Amino acid sequence: MINRRRFETLIERLIEGVVWFCGISAIVFVALIFIFVFREGAGYLFKGLNLREFLTSPEWYPTSAANKRYGVLALIAGTFSVTALAMMIAVPFGLGAAIFISEFCGAKLKETLKVVIELLAAIPSVVWGFIGLTVMNPIIIEVFHAPIGLTVLNGGIILALMSVPIIVSIGEDSLKAVPDSYREAAQALGCTRWQLVFRVLLPAAKNGLLAAVLLGIGRGVGETMAVLMATGHAVNLPTSLLDSVRTLTATIAAELGEAPVGSEHYQVLFIIGILLFTITFVVNLVADLVVRGIRGK
Amino acid sequence: MTSKKFGRRHMAAIAALALVALLGCGGGGSKVEKLTIQNAGSDTMVNLAQHWAEVYAKVDTTVSVEVSGGGSGTGIAALINGTVDLANSSRKIHADESERARSNTGNVPVEYIVGYDALAVYVHKDNPLEEITLEQLAEIYGAGGTITKWSQLGVNNAACAKDEIIRVSRQSNSGTYEYFREAISHAKGQTLDFKLGSVDMNGSKDVVELVAKTPCAIGYSGMGYATPEVKMLRVKRTPSDPAYPPTVATTQAQTYPIARPLYMYASGSPSPHVQRYLDWIHSAAGQKLVEESGYVPIPHDAAGENAGNP
Repeated sequence: MINRRRFETLIERLIEGVVWFCGISAIVFVALIFIFVFREGAGYLFKGLNLREFLTSPEWYPTSAANKRYGVLALIAGTFSVTALAMMIAVPFGLGAAIFISEFCGAKLKETLKVVIELLAAIPSVVWGFIGLTVMNPIIIEVFHAPIGLTVLNGGIILALMSVPIIVSIGEDSLKAVPDSYREAAQALGCTRWQLVFRVLLPAAKNGLLAAVLLGIGRGVGETMAVLMATGHAVNLPTSLLDSVRTLTATIAAELGEAPVGSEHYQVLFIIGILLFTITFVVNLVADLVVRGIRGK
Repeated sequence: MTSKKFGRRHMAAIAALALVALLGCGGGGSKVEKLTIQNAGSDTMVNLAQHWAEVYAKVDTTVSVEVSGGGSGTGIAALINGTVDLANSSRKIHADESERARSNTGNVPVEYIVGYDALAVYVHKDNPLEEITLEQLAEIYGAGGTITKWSQLGVNNAACAKDEIIRVSRQSNSGTYEYFREAISHAKGQTLDFKLGSVDMNGSKDVVELVAKTPCAIGYSGMGYATPEVKMLRVKRTPSDPAYPPTVATTQAQTYPIARPLYMYASGSPSPHVQRYLDWIHSAAGQKLVEESGYVPIPHDAAGENAGNP
């Protein structure tokens, strides 16, 4: 009897330990990844790299025979332009679709739409990139009489299509989480459906909707393969939607494989990794502060 | 998965060799394990290298050649680390790479020319342009160059409404990229960088595919990648020279201006089975496969002297 209880306590402790480890593992992994990326890039970051030139020069010549220059301004501009365009397309479409699915459509259509949108999320990014390269490129040349179709527009549309499923599914979840009593109360007061959506549901679900949008942005900043193929991978400060650009992530993907380990070029690519880390961190921090601000009111 | 399988086979080969050595070749009846040759590097050469390996498997059944791509830089890095027997490269090894290989493995890399590749300049098939000079290429691709419109080359590229030349290039670590940069630098007589804003593709084939779909584009890639949807330009060394198309004959005669040797590098003098493979590559049978893969074989008179002469 006593033995059995001791055994049960032991099992209890063990399970507790496992659960605890699962809980902190995310922190451990993030910390390890950050330490690794930082260690690879730190040598050159603190010794040799001109940080001002790195952040303000658009001249990216990592393998120049005469004069190597590492300026990532054009790459930053590329990442931001493509992500911004993608969000301009994906946020209205994604939130609109979430509202429609959660509030307006019938049960049967709802099921079909959810399945199709989940299917959209399951398409691998390299396939999206391939669509950008082979389908969208000739279409953009044809429609806009552009000299080339691998542009901000192409990458933005592809990225928007990739982020819409995330925004829809999280947005729909957060709308669903609004208690039905809110809806009943609004209807009892004589609200139309539009008033119900805009005055009641959106304010009530705004934390979840904001999270949906931010996850979409995260996807946009981090996406690599699709934008590598769809944006043209050209070091260029974009002045219009029909310019080719290159993103931070695509540069790492294309060049890391052949940069000799430990060389300046290799370390600069890891410094770009640190930069991406910082961008994501700032986005998440801002999101957190905004959500807290909303809650505080 | 494959590497795991390979590792086991490799170990088995070593074990078998050790056993044979211990027994003083007295076994006689014991099963002979395959020797392997690790071969990695240039993306330009990967199809050719695979073709060689497949055919050679029938020529010498005791040796198997394992081929992988990754780029010239990757192959040479593997040679420096001592993980390959032969590194394929579409550019010459740099002095510092050679030095690092020596300090790392104790052997100086030995160079073999195994064929030639003519770098074709591609445009869309509807483009009326037929020929181009090296200096014009330098003005189009080089930093500070002044040519940005098709009309500056004297043609009316009707399919390209904005008249703008879209430069298609390669990612900055590719051997093809470095070779093309050298070629245009040579034409201008100064060390050039590429003009920023070119569309950089990640493979030889991607360049040709993009040019085929883009009427405004110009691109460079191995002549083996030509398709009916693109046009290869004839290239002139200087405006007063005749223009030559990229062909086997013009490359061998060294009249086509942008052709380069394809190299294999061994770490020190190669072991007997690797040397046999290199000899076979330089033989008529091996060189026939070079031409079949869309590259240019070593001219007959040079082949013999090159084979035994690193």
